[in-house]
Amino acid sequence: MATKFTAKPDELSKIDHKPPKKGWMDTPAEFKEHTFCWGAKGKNLNIVDFPNARDWSPAEEDWKLPENWQEIVLEGIKDRLGKYRSFKLFMDICVRCGACADKCHFFIGGGDPKNMPVLRAEILRSIYRKYFTASGKMLGKIAGARELTLDVLKELWYYYYQCTECRRCSVFCPYGIDQAEITMMGRELTNLLGLNTDWISGPVANCYMKGNHLGLEPHTITSSVEFFLDDIETITGIRIKPTFNRKGAEILFVTPSGDLFADPGTYTAMGYLMLFHELGLDYTWSTYASEGGNFGFFTSNEMAKRLNAKIYAEAKRLGVKWIIGGECGHMWRVINQYMDTWNGPADFLEEPVSPITGTKFENAKSTKMVHIAEFTADLIKNGKLKLDPARNDRLKVTWHDSCNTARGMGILDEPRYVLRNVCNHFYEMPEDTIREKTFCCGSGTGLNASENMELRMRGGFPRANAVKYVRDNYGVNMLANICAIDRATLNALMEYWAPDVSVCGLHELVGNALVMTGEKERTQDLRLEPLHGKEAEE
Amino acid sequence: MPMMDFQGKQIEVDDDGYIINLDDWSKELAVQVASQEGITLTDAHWEVINFLRDYYKQYQIAPMIKILVKEIGKAMGPEKGNTKYLYELYPGGPAKQACKYAGLPKPTGCV
Repeated sequence: MATKFTAKPDELSKIDHKPPKKGWMDTPAEFKEHTFCWGAKGKNLNIVDFPNARDWSPAEEDWKLPENWQEIVLEGIKDRLGKYRSFKLFMDICVRCGACADKCHFFIGGGDPKNMPVLRAEILRSIYRKYFTASGKMLGKIAGARELTLDVLKELWYYYYQCTECRRCSVFCPYGIDQAEITMMGRELTNLLGLNTDWISGPVANCYMKGNHLGLEPHTITSSVEFFLDDIETITGIRIKPTFNRKGAEILFVTPSGDLFADPGTYTAMGYLMLFHELGLDYTWSTYASEGGNFGFFTSNEMAKRLNAKIYAEAKRLGVKWIIGGECGHMWRVINQYMDTWNGPADFLEEPVSPITGTKFENAKSTKMVHIAEFTADLIKNGKLKLDPARNDRLKVTWHDSCNTARGMGILDEPRYVLRNVCNHFYEMPEDTIREKTFCCGSGTGLNASENMELRMRGGFPRANAVKYVRDNYGVNMLANICAIDRATLNALMEYWAPDVSVCGLHELVGNALVMTGEKERTQDLRLEPLHGKEAEE
Repeated sequence: MPMMDFQGKQIEVDDDGYIINLDDWSKELAVQVASQEGITLTDAHWEVINFLRDYYKQYQIAPMIKILVKEIGKAMGPEKGNTKYLYELYPGGPAKQACKYAGLPKPTGCV
């Protein structure tokens, strides 16, 4: 059974980047406690009809694989080489220049050479060469090829569940090799053998059955929202009445279920509710399409497609015109880069037009889903919101660009524009750690479990280090972002590396600053803490 | 699958020690699990455990801590409706530790 992760920051920050003496092919993966997640449960794999459904543990010698597991993996590679040109290309073109090597947060914070993106990719390329290239078949190791043994499979598993598909390395690759695509293929192969993690397969099964990762039932969702409405009434004196599953609404709103059931995401959810109420927006929540995130995406493209379909099925059922999506990270990579060819184009919906400003969201022409940061930035730009940024004066805010929204769809300036309008103290982290070059939280792609805490703290180290810099230099005490995994994981990261910095979503700050029609004088923020200058009245 | 010995029977638990089949739960089991972590269950502990079990029965999930705080405050009085009080009872965290004794699945927080 699990032991507690107790290593202190000064211990973990002594990072050894010296490679082992033996060559990488002769150094098998060592499964260190606190660096990997528990294995999937058979019942969860069964729910989505995944192969080799059984309970398994990565730490055990016997992975309970089918007899012909090699054949399954090789057939899986062949199939994907035919299906995805990107995969074939990325297997062939790397010249191993090493530009990516020191760009990965796991390598920076951990020092394991196999976390250099180039070497992580070589794990899969070596198998590819052995079975799918003439040179590898003939020359073997000299040509960088090797047989697919059980040790090689275990190495592939260990390191492909130590990549968060953040794509920072790709920004620096002269060929533009997308490591995330390689990791995705590697993970697909492990799923052919039932080798997923509990933390990923549990939410996938939940989402497939109940519509969201947490497995929230419809009455649990509505009771949670009622709880937020009580707090909003306490703060503003206004009772909001949102609707659920309402046919004929103009807009469907979809956000990650974490916003409904885990702090500090819940404060962000309060911000959405307040904003939409103030606008008088004709919108509805859904208890069926109740998840913006998509853990299927960390499993296989097919599984991601199956989960994504639900959002559009619900939009069709309710007869809405278009969709607003909440603050989520990988949800947007799925929507922006994959959805259109999986389940789209969503022709039964209308091209999104803001009913408040008349702005046509050209970028969402095909997917029909608009990011809430764009929606709100457009409202502010058109002078449609009355804002009092002084209500956030208690906070000195910095901005974490979430990998998927920043690198995956270029949402860089909209949230900053919103931030500058809703708070008075905003400080950027150093240039090499933000925007396209942002550092990952270290816990994306379903690595946000608790049993792999060392991995998370190591992977999040570069991000935390940049936060520590603005904390020490400008007194920053709030790390804002637009991703539910960030909101769930950065708290632990800050406690570990940069104490005294809290975490919030963008729309929590919007909710604080928003001056609502008929509201009472505010003395508390959305966390029910006294506003700056109002402490004495408490 | 890890097992836990209880009154001469083997009970299935997950990797973190939470019971798998919620029907395996009994008050005696809660007492044993708590004592293994050095906690003696008092009436105050049971108030929380009972609330968690009732909540789970209704919603099929463990409550958020802030709901727990508010509801405990409503039912047991404002002096108990705060995080400090709950952390004194359950130093390992009212969500994680109390859910374990209450026989609920491990709270997932956010995914």
